[in-house]
Amino acid sequence: MLRELFRFHGGVKPATNKSASTTSPIAKAPIPARLVVPLHQSLGSPAIALVEPGQRVLKGERIGAAGGRLSAAIHAPTSGVVRAVEPALVPHASGLREPAVIIESDGEDRWAEPEHINYRITPPDEVRDFVRDAGVVGLGGAVFPTHQKMRPGSGGKTRTLVLNGAECEPFITCDDMLMRERADGIVSGAAILRHMLQAEEVLIGIEDNKPEAIAAMRQAVAAAGEHMEVVAVPTRYPAGGAKQLIRVLTGIEVPHGERSTDYGVQCFNVGTAYSVHEALELGRPLVSRIVTVAGNVERPGNYEVLIGTPMDELVRLCGPRADTRFLVMGGPMMGVRMPAFDVPVVKATNCVLAADDKLFPPAPPEQPCIRCTECAKACPVELQPFELYWFSRSKNFGKAQEYHLFDCIECGCCAYVCPSHIPLVDYYRFSKGEIWAREREKAAADQARERFEFRNFRQEREKAEKAAKLAAKAAETRAKLAEAGTAEAPAAAEAPAAEDPKKALIAAALARAKAQKAEIQPQNTDNLSPQTQAEIADIETRRKALEAAAVPASTAPAPQAADAADLPDEPRP
Amino acid sequence: MITAILVMAGIAIVLGLTLGYAAIRFKVEGDPLVEKIDAILPQTQCGQCGFPGCKPYAEAIANGEADINQCPPGGEEGVRKLADLLGREFKPLSEEHGVEKPKSVAVIDEQVCIGCTLCIQACPVDAIVGAAKQMHTVVEPLCTGCELCVAPCPVDCIAMVPLAETVHTWKWKYPVVEMRRVA
Repeated sequence: MLRELFRFHGGVKPATNKSASTTSPIAKAPIPARLVVPLHQSLGSPAIALVEPGQRVLKGERIGAAGGRLSAAIHAPTSGVVRAVEPALVPHASGLREPAVIIESDGEDRWAEPEHINYRITPPDEVRDFVRDAGVVGLGGAVFPTHQKMRPGSGGKTRTLVLNGAECEPFITCDDMLMRERADGIVSGAAILRHMLQAEEVLIGIEDNKPEAIAAMRQAVAAAGEHMEVVAVPTRYPAGGAKQLIRVLTGIEVPHGERSTDYGVQCFNVGTAYSVHEALELGRPLVSRIVTVAGNVERPGNYEVLIGTPMDELVRLCGPRADTRFLVMGGPMMGVRMPAFDVPVVKATNCVLAADDKLFPPAPPEQPCIRCTECAKACPVELQPFELYWFSRSKNFGKAQEYHLFDCIECGCCAYVCPSHIPLVDYYRFSKGEIWAREREKAAADQARERFEFRNFRQEREKAEKAAKLAAKAAETRAKLAEAGTAEAPAAAEAPAAEDPKKALIAAALARAKAQKAEIQPQNTDNLSPQTQAEIADIETRRKALEAAAVPASTAPAPQAADAADLPDEPRP
Repeated sequence: MITAILVMAGIAIVLGLTLGYAAIRFKVEGDPLVEKIDAILPQTQCGQCGFPGCKPYAEAIANGEADINQCPPGGEEGVRKLADLLGREFKPLSEEHGVEKPKSVAVIDEQVCIGCTLCIQACPVDAIVGAAKQMHTVVEPLCTGCELCVAPCPVDCIAMVPLAETVHTWKWKYPVVEMRRVA
């Protein structure tokens, strides 16, 4: 059956540079002596550390629990000892530190007891929790927690499940090699995802420059007897963008501000499907991933790398050339420059490029925009990159947002075609960061205003309550007095009968006072040893004597008062 | 002649009634200008402007009683926005009201805190928790950095700590155009 394919707008065709790293099979990278596992490895909230320094951990043991609804767990990539839970340099353009678990490996690579679950008979919520606790996130690069995507769309059904094996970015071949070598696992993962989503059809989109992967996947689908379709899509960057691939395969163009699930389509990376298979069929959490090492190295290739492995150790396996200036995580189009060589491999690391002056030449000087609109022709999201550039450059962020800055996927097509060598994506990233910061500030200001207003309201209310209480008390006393007064008025006429309530009131008050006095009297003189009691008695007699002496001569009452205050049996207010 | 007068009078009465009704029906509570100014102010409620909170300062600006450059936490950018909104000339922050500082939060040295509750009473946004003779602590995400709790503390255990940049709050810098000096 020949499927009708669609076309997405724009796109570019850079040199793919993929052949060098696909000549040898996926190799296992050696276990490093020290692994740095950042706690924040998924979109959303960071994981919460579950281990303490000095603790022994086994491979696959959970060392961080999901820290919220949009978060995923992290696991020990190998067996060893936790050395520290402290901020460490993470693979982020900022070069800042984030909390990470640092593990010293013992070289045994001993697995923890695997946890199993039968997804076919377990309630979907529990399966999702299991996937979250297995730390499965989108391995295409966005690291979106997978469990959040494993739910059917509206109406309890999903029309199409798309598996993304397009891998459009130059140099990167990790998905290609995974499909060639572990197609069975991917198909098994796709079956699990189909079950969870209640999907009607499964489309596996692979760019047509990977014939081996397409053949392997077709074979695996046939061998498993699954009803899935492997579709070869034209090679054009960025065909691997989720919305672009959905457009090519189904013809659905997801509008601004909406999600593909609103249209019955859900998209997963093939690597993610393989991780789902490993988690649910083998009980193995996500502790390693396939990483392409390419660029300025002697032997480019793909490695199965433990999360937390320092990138320099990984690159060393491929023979980096001496003129490597820095490392890039990701491809040449969307990758980010790493702040150091020894940052760890994380779940988002699909490729490590060794960069030299030839591959990443120093940016040529930026020329003025000549309004050629080449960028608009290349934009796969059909934005107006030149407009966004002018607004970002002049820091007119409101206008940039009006022109849908946040629909930009930062694919770099516009900067690639720009004849003036303007680093367009850098401008968009700058604008996005500023807008996010402003939104954070605005939210904080709104919260502060609300809290300030509530505090004022509360203070007013407390004042009013106090005043009301006083008023009520005063009214009560007045009422009592009035009652007494009315009782008094006719007292002249009917003396004995009217006097009774007043007398009773006074008597009751007296009784209360007496009872109170008896209650408070000499508390701290109870339960004392006879010796102390004798002492007290002694003091009492002395005081009596002093008081007796003081009554006639009332010239010096002050010292006596002080004396009295020092005595232990005086109840104090 | 009479007809013309009657027609004009009739129109005047109808329009007058309509406007009168609209004035009651669509009455705007509060001053909309105050709301707009208040939305620009940073809501630290610090009182550095000389008014007890951001709202009173906004009212003062709207009534022409205060100048637009009295809010140090809002910074130059805040003044610029106010100038834009009110159609006034930009002017630098007035020095008598303080200087612009990086965003900080109050941190209580919990070893030293004696639990006097004075800072809790001073905090305009209820961001300090604690009770009499119990240790107090600042809820960091709620703290606006107004410094109002620093002065009342009898044991000087509150320090203002500038907020460090994290991966979450880090921003891409403005692309710098490198200029090469010619000779």
